[in-house]
Amino acid sequence: MTGFLNALPGAVSQGLIWGIMAIGVYITYKILDIADLTVDGSFCTGGAVFVMLFSNGVNVWLAMLAALLAGMLAGLVTGVLHTVCGIPAILAGILTQLGLYSVNMAIMDFKASVALSITQGETLDKLLVSLRFVKGALDGSYPFWRHPAIVVGLFTAALIAVLYWYFGTEVGAALRATGSNPNMARAQGIDTDRAKVLGLILSNGLVALSGALLCQYNGSNEINVGRGAIVIGLAAVIIGEVVFGKLFVNFALKLLAVSIGAILYYIVIQAVLALGMNPNYLKLLSAAVVALFLTIPYWKGRYFSKAVRPARKEAKTDA
Amino acid sequence: MLDVKNVFKTFNPGTVNEKTALRGVSLTLADGDFVTVIGGNGAGKSTLLNAVAGTWPVDSGSISIGGIDVTRLSEHKRAKYIGRVFQDPMMGTAATMQIEENLALAARRGKGRTLRPGITRSERERYQELLKILDLGLEDRLTSKVGLLSGGQRQALTLLMATLQKPRLLLLDEHTAALDPKTAAKVLDATERIVNKDRLTTLMITHNMKDAIVHGNRLIMMYEGNVALDISGEAKKKLTVEQLLAKFGQATGSDEADDKLLLG
Repeated sequence: MTGFLNALPGAVSQGLIWGIMAIGVYITYKILDIADLTVDGSFCTGGAVFVMLFSNGVNVWLAMLAALLAGMLAGLVTGVLHTVCGIPAILAGILTQLGLYSVNMAIMDFKASVALSITQGETLDKLLVSLRFVKGALDGSYPFWRHPAIVVGLFTAALIAVLYWYFGTEVGAALRATGSNPNMARAQGIDTDRAKVLGLILSNGLVALSGALLCQYNGSNEINVGRGAIVIGLAAVIIGEVVFGKLFVNFALKLLAVSIGAILYYIVIQAVLALGMNPNYLKLLSAAVVALFLTIPYWKGRYFSKAVRPARKEAKTDA
Repeated sequence: MLDVKNVFKTFNPGTVNEKTALRGVSLTLADGDFVTVIGGNGAGKSTLLNAVAGTWPVDSGSISIGGIDVTRLSEHKRAKYIGRVFQDPMMGTAATMQIEENLALAARRGKGRTLRPGITRSERERYQELLKILDLGLEDRLTSKVGLLSGGQRQALTLLMATLQKPRLLLLDEHTAALDPKTAAKVLDATERIVNKDRLTTLMITHNMKDAIVHGNRLIMMYEGNVALDISGEAKKKLTVEQLLAKFGQATGSDEADDKLLLG
């Protein structure tokens, strides 16, 4: 139990970082109605670009901006494959994701893992977030506001504010209309192809930004860091919706719900780990949780009048 | 206003499902014409409307709106000139967006979309006034999601959206077919009012012969991908359903016309 409580601040920080990625997933999955699998690749791209630039002395904000742009480029590739080449969105995302593995390796000098070269405290101080600040902010060796939960929390709040504004503009509304009803959008003169590409660019930019933050937090970037990211993103979106769906109607609050969904996801993961589960089973657990939460609304709509009890009875006799 | 010249369209060419839907159809609409279109299933009515709207490219022929050749323009670019209401009430509006947001999207049809606000306060007041005219109680529900509206309300809203920015051409594809008779009459009534007020050039498909005769100043009947009958002016005003059927039989030389039309 104490192990779990000690891990809590870290879980919240990590959840917030992944929450930014989840907001990116929300843009494609919920707003554009596209399941974009680019995410698994572009998340790592963000970290890869950051780790290489920062280690070569580039300013932390510039390195993050570069990560953002790299992610946007990945989104552009998926968008072009989907709209210009006519490849179904899921396949387009898979193709980009696969290609990005090689690209990410190339960025990272063909190493599976690259650590941020932190030899001096000065270099560490330059980072926006780090695992070391979690303890440091609590024991007083760093000011309290450097706690990753506070830094990333503020970062997320600013991000939500920008997105709230953006989706309220003419361009943003066109993007939402494209996801809601492409026929209607085209009849109203909206270039739905362009809107989709724009959404994919925006989404993957955020995903890469999240990757850059996680890279700082962990102090390294690994080639497999993004594997299953889309599932974590979906989990956050769905958890946020299940928990706050009725309460949060406003768009900004919906994005906040996604971020909180990611935090809850990481708290659950920490709890499960604290109970002694082998970490290698985490991905199976995530996949099962997402599958379950996607099944519930479908079954609710299909069998809402039927009782599901008989099945439970059978299971009991089997046991 | 609309000039369709010798347009051909074949779906699924070279397959067993090959279907030639338009066979060299030509049609010219004068400014302010309100044309009703009738014809049996597969006569090419909807195909003609979709060809004009640019849902897909035509095989040959040309289409121009107000003197501008739009034959090669994509659907969303043509939308600048065209207002549309579909047969399916679900198709013309964005269900997950608010009533006012749908209207604001329509108000920006054909204009560049920028980072300006998607909707302004003065727009809201205007929309409220416009919704009052529909008389469906929507004026107090500006921020309701469109998905909560009934089919009739959605069609009326789509009609308002299609005409919010005066279109050069209004395309109505059996827009009352999916509604109950009472609602259909209400929506048709609103259509008549809006079209007359702005003297909109309109092409309206209907399955109801009576509606086709009562509304508009011109009636065309389609048969096998072409215009078989074109009646306007005084001749149209005096038209009866029986005459229409007889004329159609003469024009196409087919006896089964009656059944096809009535059943279709």
